[in-house]
Amino acid sequence: MSLLDVRDLSVVFQRRGERPFTAVDQVSFTVEPGQTVGLVGESGCGKSVTSLAVMGLLPKRGNRVTGEVLFEGTDLLKLRPDDLRDRRGRDIGMIFQDPLSSLNPVIPIGVQVAEVLERHRGMDRRKALREARELLDAVGIPDPDRRLTEFPHQISGGMRQRALIAIALACKPRLLIADEPTTALDVTIQAQILTLLKQLVDETGTALIMITHDLGVVAGLCDTVNVLYGGKVVERAARHELFARPRHPYTHGLLNSVPRLDSVRGERLHAIRGSVADNIPWVEGCAFAPRCDNVVDACLDGPPPLEPTASGGDLRCNNPVSEEVAVP
Amino acid sequence: MTERTGTTDGAATGQAGAGDAAEQGRPLIELRDVKVHFPIKSGLLFDRTVGYVYAVDGVSLSINAGETYGLVGESGCGKSTLGRGLLRLVEPTDGEIVFDGTDVRALKGEAMRKARRRMQMIFQDPLSSLDPRQSVESLLVEGLKAHGLADDKEATSRRLRDTLQAVGLPASALSRYPHEFSGGQRQRIGIARALVLDPDLIVADEPVSALDVSIQAQVLNLLEDLQNERGLTYLIIAHDLAVVRHIADTVGVMYLGGLVEEASSDDLYREPMHPYTKALMSAVPVPDPLVEDRRERILLAGDLPSPTNPPAGCRFHTRCPWAQPTRCADERPALREVVGGHRVACHFAEDIAAGRLRPHEVEPELVRPDEGGTPGDPGELIPTP
Repeated sequence: MSLLDVRDLSVVFQRRGERPFTAVDQVSFTVEPGQTVGLVGESGCGKSVTSLAVMGLLPKRGNRVTGEVLFEGTDLLKLRPDDLRDRRGRDIGMIFQDPLSSLNPVIPIGVQVAEVLERHRGMDRRKALREARELLDAVGIPDPDRRLTEFPHQISGGMRQRALIAIALACKPRLLIADEPTTALDVTIQAQILTLLKQLVDETGTALIMITHDLGVVAGLCDTVNVLYGGKVVERAARHELFARPRHPYTHGLLNSVPRLDSVRGERLHAIRGSVADNIPWVEGCAFAPRCDNVVDACLDGPPPLEPTASGGDLRCNNPVSEEVAVP
Repeated sequence: MTERTGTTDGAATGQAGAGDAAEQGRPLIELRDVKVHFPIKSGLLFDRTVGYVYAVDGVSLSINAGETYGLVGESGCGKSTLGRGLLRLVEPTDGEIVFDGTDVRALKGEAMRKARRRMQMIFQDPLSSLDPRQSVESLLVEGLKAHGLADDKEATSRRLRDTLQAVGLPASALSRYPHEFSGGQRQRIGIARALVLDPDLIVADEPVSALDVSIQAQVLNLLEDLQNERGLTYLIIAHDLAVVRHIADTVGVMYLGGLVEEASSDDLYREPMHPYTKALMSAVPVPDPLVEDRRERILLAGDLPSPTNPPAGCRFHTRCPWAQPTRCADERPALREVVGGHRVACHFAEDIAAGRLRPHEVEPELVRPDEGGTPGDPGELIPTP
């Protein structure tokens, strides 16, 4: 049994007086114990909403969440709020993009870490603070004794993100969801945090869902990668397969459009034309069709199905990029 | 060696397209020891200066006409302040800025305003740098009017249309408002606004970092096309090394207010010589698992020290894996030419390049984001006017 099995997850935003908007459209993926899975896409592709829906963090009002989120066989979407709260923080940890807004500014860092331990592991404050010190030390925060009594504004962005990782890992969760954990950080700090995450995943055996727009981050970290476009998974493949032979024109286009540090200079970038706003609803065809170079008639004739590929991945495309076309 | 041929071809076409051949190789703008210090004020009744933020602390560089200079560095290194200081959008504390033979810092009032027509800026966030209540036409005409270039209605209208066409927007965009456009299109409007005045120098501060990956390439290609057509000179400020490598001819790396390394884009990326550049380069993720799997990262310990109280000596010595007990902590290294055209501010650049020095472990030093207090190096203190 998979650790996490997301089946046909859909999220529809329904605001009064507005047309319903399908942010996540029948997304299915699985996460095995200890595996690192990437959800990649540009803004508006539904990657963050997917993670919020998995965690049950979307507000009840104005959203319709359907499908199944099976965590070790239990459907998280059907759990009562109390039971879900028990699981969140204990079995599933989450790290958000902006550490300053996900930490409470008026509570010392030590207490924020300790509070998770008190809530989920029934420790008393003293014992929890001792454990919190160990956790801060484990995530590489210098002088952890002093950090315990300090407030989030007193430490740097990279340290805040480390503190947040300490909170997420406090109860040794079996699944960690990281939503753009390094986007707000500088590259050298990003390298520190990614190395830390990789090391923690190796040591604790926790599974990781990595949500990012940065293909470089995925390349170094994820076992399996799901590429999202317009709320649907358009391509799924193992890491090496995806970067060596991207089959979906969108993945192919993305990989070709990013300037690389190690590429030959003076070559023109192959931009994908148009923008994410130039799409068509999935019911009418492929949402990427208006920007796609490989578009055929069938693309505007209903949504293409997600079909398994010969290399063990999945692909949602009528006219994929041929396997022979090499990428940069 | 097909790769090599590709590079040479690309460089050759780039040069042929860029402006006047006679203008090539002549510096259009030169900065000499430019400093921008911001006073930190405190006190209830009277403002008292309690210290300075040494945002830019002695930067010298020159940009040749028709070329692109890329300035990279992490947040807080002073790269944006340098770009603004160059246009005097913030007043530099000290130093010389020579634009096409005139010292910009000596210009006053009307003369400065006139000079600005030739130096334009593109900002990072197009939504907040475009007035939401102004139509695109009004946004573009504003600059022309300010410089008295909008007298002839017919010519102005033609000029606006030509500019919009150059940045890839339809003429119908003129009557629309910024919110009606997508992020990439808004950045095109921002570029059009700079372009409409027919400037010689464009300072672009993070021109693509607010855009989606697939849109970034469009805007980068547009900037390159415009340079080839009009012989523009660019100063591109960005934190993304891959973007800068792609677009710039010369790259300067900044750390805590100073330039630590400068070289041609190819040289810098082939062989970074300053320890900070090495670390920065090794930290950038490459979208290729084969490369990522066998990469060795140089992980820097700790955070960027506060620019209000920069470390004495080499600014980087507190985090440098190659720091030596001699010189590094007490002597600020000058930016000097180490090999042809490659300038490095490191006492031990040659030893590191030759492998005579090995990197060592560094204990992370604690950095507080709100650290104020006494400025280091009071001898260099120049009061802000």
